[in-house]
Amino acid sequence: MKKNNFENYKLPDTRGHFGEFGGKFVPETLIPVLEELENVYNECRKDPAFRKELDGLLNDYVGRPTPLYFAERLTQHIGGPKIYIKREDLCHTGAHKINNAIGQILLARKMGKKRIIAETGAGQHGVATATAAARFGLECVIYMGEVDMKRQALNVYRMRLLGAEVRAVKAGQKTLKEAVSEAIRDWVANSRTTHYILGSALGPHPFPMIVRDFQSVIGIETREQILRKEGRLPDIITACVGGGSNSIGIFHPFLKDISTRLVGVEAGGRGPLLGDHAARFSGGRIGILQGTRSYVLQDENGQIAMTHSISAGLDYAAVGPEHSLLMKEGRVEYTKVSDDEALSAFQIMNRIEGILPALESSHAVAWALKEFPSLGKDNLAIINMSGRGDKDIEQLAGKLPAVERLK
Amino acid sequence: MSSLLEKCFSLCASEKRPALIAYITAGDPDYQRSLAVADAVIEAGADIVELGVPFSDPLADGEANQLAAQRALESGMTPWKVLDLAKEIKEKHPSVPLVLFTYLNPVAYSGGLGKYCGDAVLNGIDAILPLDLPPEEYSEYEKDIVSSGIKTVILVAPTTGEERMKSLCSNADAFIYYVCREGVTGERKEFASGVHERVELIRKYTKLPVVVGFGIASPEHVIAAAATGVDGVVVGSAIVRKVEAFAHGKGSLKEIKDFVSSLRQAL
Repeated sequence: MKKNNFENYKLPDTRGHFGEFGGKFVPETLIPVLEELENVYNECRKDPAFRKELDGLLNDYVGRPTPLYFAERLTQHIGGPKIYIKREDLCHTGAHKINNAIGQILLARKMGKKRIIAETGAGQHGVATATAAARFGLECVIYMGEVDMKRQALNVYRMRLLGAEVRAVKAGQKTLKEAVSEAIRDWVANSRTTHYILGSALGPHPFPMIVRDFQSVIGIETREQILRKEGRLPDIITACVGGGSNSIGIFHPFLKDISTRLVGVEAGGRGPLLGDHAARFSGGRIGILQGTRSYVLQDENGQIAMTHSISAGLDYAAVGPEHSLLMKEGRVEYTKVSDDEALSAFQIMNRIEGILPALESSHAVAWALKEFPSLGKDNLAIINMSGRGDKDIEQLAGKLPAVERLK
Repeated sequence: MSSLLEKCFSLCASEKRPALIAYITAGDPDYQRSLAVADAVIEAGADIVELGVPFSDPLADGEANQLAAQRALESGMTPWKVLDLAKEIKEKHPSVPLVLFTYLNPVAYSGGLGKYCGDAVLNGIDAILPLDLPPEEYSEYEKDIVSSGIKTVILVAPTTGEERMKSLCSNADAFIYYVCREGVTGERKEFASGVHERVELIRKYTKLPVVVGFGIASPEHVIAAAATGVDGVVVGSAIVRKVEAFAHGKGSLKEIKDFVSSLRQAL
């Protein structure tokens, strides 16, 4: 597929493949429930009543459409393109994750499942799922790595306040990857009563497709908003990439607009050695993790590597399979920024725009701070602000000597 | 010429009992002690040994097997050393079929699946059960597996519909593994119900031996499983728990052996 062929881009195929990526690499016990989910989703996506109910909730409960905000002071500070920020941080619960959680809870209700489970890294997907479950009166269990529970303690409290049970996962490195495995184990045992709301564009088919579709509302709105405000398409859009749901959400509706550069920013962590980062496209190779074939950080024996990022939401060893295809086809560029660069961007956004970004989203801002100065002033740029950073303050208190310096 | 697996199943059938299939994680708690554990389960009467290839992210496994994989990996076990271990086991016990129980990533993305399966056959592995390789994804890997001469085991789940069961059965050439529990591997208090009916249904679509596993943890369970008319009974996590005790100095090889003997005598 060449760049100009994105006009008719319709992946995944019926087997859930994005070219050589994606698929359904799961034990036989999971196949029937994945098929059930796929069938129900295919019915719902064609059903105007489903769409109407979802849109109603997105408007009145989530608070959509979120603004596309002209960041005047950031534009001046960088001295390059005119910068707009897509404000997913203003969604109910504070991040884009709710778009998918609400969509999937409607699917769960359609399937008659009374129990909801989810994994969470930064806690944003956990909070979104717990919120959706509370709104629909469903039982909710959230799996979260013990390390993440410590660094995102505020979100743990929020989930419990919402009536969800938060179960600590103590295996392996005790972060997002282990939480996904534990949620899958629960699902295998309880699939007749339980729906698993996977929070990123990851895992076995149909999840990467469903999550992308529910998150595409970000890009669809952005496209309309920028055309209305500027009368033309943007030259560049950037978003952070963990599993890749906020980025695929904003990128997908622009894939066919070849003149718009799309840039995904991974977590460069504390350095380029395996184990010190979560930059799958610079340090990983093709493999299979948690049901999908994609770029994976692993050692020469096919064991999944440890990862590191200051941001819990980007700290994951694999990347959503559609991103692997978009990288291979050259439609999206993938790059990385370090923990320190993200921290610096976190502070600058506060000082310059009065916006408190999530550490995840700060990675996209950090890349903009580095690379936008080289773009012309007549360029039009968009940064996806995937979530807000209240959850990160406790973790960062005391770690930011630069706050003093900025005074 | 009949394969080692065929000979083993027909020998057990002639004794009017199912085969006892013992699962252990290869390299648990380390290479040398794992070899001793394999000896112990075979000497205690296991007819077939299933060797788990340790993987960092075993999403179909319960706690016992997760911890076992972790112990093996920490001791330096790799997918390739599993084959060295297999070779040593086979040299000592040439009539015992060895089956690899594995996730796809460590065997397909550590040097190539074709090479891995080929080496496995040379090292005395009789069959492979790639847990997370359903028929939907099989075609791309089929050539590497089939051309190596290794035989394949497939899983059938309690939730598998009849149409799907039919196509699943056509993909196997070693035996069919009926997972009698929804959920991950691990010991359970009671043996599952409705197994006999499911096994009869599977037999409509295959002439291959049908074995049952997941949650079988005691001589009582083994008796109940045998009564369903299966050709083999798999015991995994309950043995792995004994290995865990052995690894921590709280149990002995003799206890592992006694436990497997008690399972074998129940048949």
